[in-house]
Amino acid sequence: MARNGKRVLAWLPPMAPSVVLLGLFVVGPIAWCLYAAFTNTALTGIAARRPQFVGLDNFKNLFTSADVGASLWLTVLFVLGSAVVGQNGAGMLLAVFMQRRSRVLRGIVGTIVVAAWVLPEVVAAFAVYAFLNTNGTLNEVLGALGLGGQNWLYTAPLFAVVLANIWRGTAFSMLVYQAALSEVPSDLTEAAEVDGAGPVRRFWHVVLPVIRRTVVTNLMLITLQTLGVFALIFVLTAGGPDNKTRTLPLLMYEQAFKFGQIGYGTAIAVVLLALGAVFSLVYIRSLKTEV
Amino acid sequence: MRLSIVVNLVLAFVALLFLAPLLWLVTASFDARAGFAAKLPEQFTLSNFGAVLTWDVGGRPLLNGLLISGGAAVVTVVVAVLAAYPLSRYQLRFRRPFLYTILFTTGLPVTAIMVPVYGLFVRLNLIDSLAGTMLFMAATSLPMAIWMTKNFMDGVPVSLEEAAWVDGASPMQALRRIVLPLMLPGVAVVAIFNFIAAWGNFFVPFVLLLDPAKQPASVNIFSFFGEHGMVAYGQLAAYSIVYTTPVIGLYLLVSRALGGGFTMSGAVKA
Repeated sequence: MARNGKRVLAWLPPMAPSVVLLGLFVVGPIAWCLYAAFTNTALTGIAARRPQFVGLDNFKNLFTSADVGASLWLTVLFVLGSAVVGQNGAGMLLAVFMQRRSRVLRGIVGTIVVAAWVLPEVVAAFAVYAFLNTNGTLNEVLGALGLGGQNWLYTAPLFAVVLANIWRGTAFSMLVYQAALSEVPSDLTEAAEVDGAGPVRRFWHVVLPVIRRTVVTNLMLITLQTLGVFALIFVLTAGGPDNKTRTLPLLMYEQAFKFGQIGYGTAIAVVLLALGAVFSLVYIRSLKTEV
Repeated sequence: MRLSIVVNLVLAFVALLFLAPLLWLVTASFDARAGFAAKLPEQFTLSNFGAVLTWDVGGRPLLNGLLISGGAAVVTVVVAVLAAYPLSRYQLRFRRPFLYTILFTTGLPVTAIMVPVYGLFVRLNLIDSLAGTMLFMAATSLPMAIWMTKNFMDGVPVSLEEAAWVDGASPMQALRRIVLPLMLPGVAVVAIFNFIAAWGNFFVPFVLLLDPAKQPASVNIFSFFGEHGMVAYGQLAAYSIVYTTPVIGLYLLVSRALGGGFTMSGAVKA
């Protein structure tokens, strides 16, 4: 017993601050999320002081509301387009292309791509906002080439926010894949080259299987990251026009803080978490079916 | 080597695409009559910077940001180092479940818990509290920080501490005198990354700090965009540059410290 007590004294005091902080600010809110989603909690009024248990009402409203369905779909499109295909694909492409390039070229390309990633989210959004504006750089360039411009944020809002997120996030995937590619044993690719495999086949049959776990891990990280994107869309389009870019985080913000429906907003947050869980499960399963 | 030329051209083209949106920030900030398109200033000026470097615009929000991000980085690192020590050195029954929980929360989008956190802050009377916001940010970056710190600590051989224990040092003394100095570069990297993340975070202070006098630069620059951004393009660009500079400086510091090219080997491994 005495020994046990001494051991507790050894680990508990140093662990205590992290347990308290994580419990209060991370685990607590998640638990409350799961509870409050079943109440009619509101910011003001009677429901603010005495929230009542309303069972599955919030979720019933949620799934019968066209708003949530549309937002859920937009969020999936945003994640697939900007993270899974965009950032992941562009990052992989850059990493592969930058292999065996001159130091100077690697340095310049790498620095430019990383610069977009290092910017604070709001500043990145301003830069894209100016770039895609009616009088912005893109339209000036298109005009000089004799092509007509348009107000991209208005005519193609989802495309604009997807593009913005690819621009901002590709650096992460690029850095991850650069590290992964540098660890692929060169005798493997050389052996394939001797056997007459071209660069595409070498990549597909030799390199990709080796870095598979990194690809899945990277997909998981950027998916969860992209699910939570708020400021970028909020600054660029604020969810509009006509709610065409209102992903789940923006809908949650609108319901909870603009309309004061905390319970309903929390239910939307639960949907967001569930979506993250679904994506994660798909990724984890794809790792397990490894031969 | 025709393939090589094609690859070089593709890389140059992609680099140009990535560079294009950045150009406006630089050109507009020095342009007396800036628009939304990137072009060399006809009338070069520094007045945009002068206009935003006032106490209410560039001063107090940057100071608030420094307090929140700096405080969060320090708290995170201290708490993470303390927690990492038992996790790295002792045989604990709950070690695996604890580490799995940590790993799971690493991926959690913070956006998703902001509604209940707002409710919690109202209840605890912490809305508009810089310290409260700072602690919350420290808590959300803890999982990643504990994970990384533990990995760094695992790399420090236990035999060094054993010598100290023989000489009568307590585990905490050994941590402070022997382990910590050896992993200081790693700890510094964790601190700087947390600072950069907190400095750029918009949603958390946007929800938790409603008083404009308490808001950090990330939120203040957004209000500035709403109020003046549609007219004073040059000032918006100048403010963006002032707000971004510390992050770029710290990033360069970290990438130098990690040996020239910054790579992520080891950080992302399943």
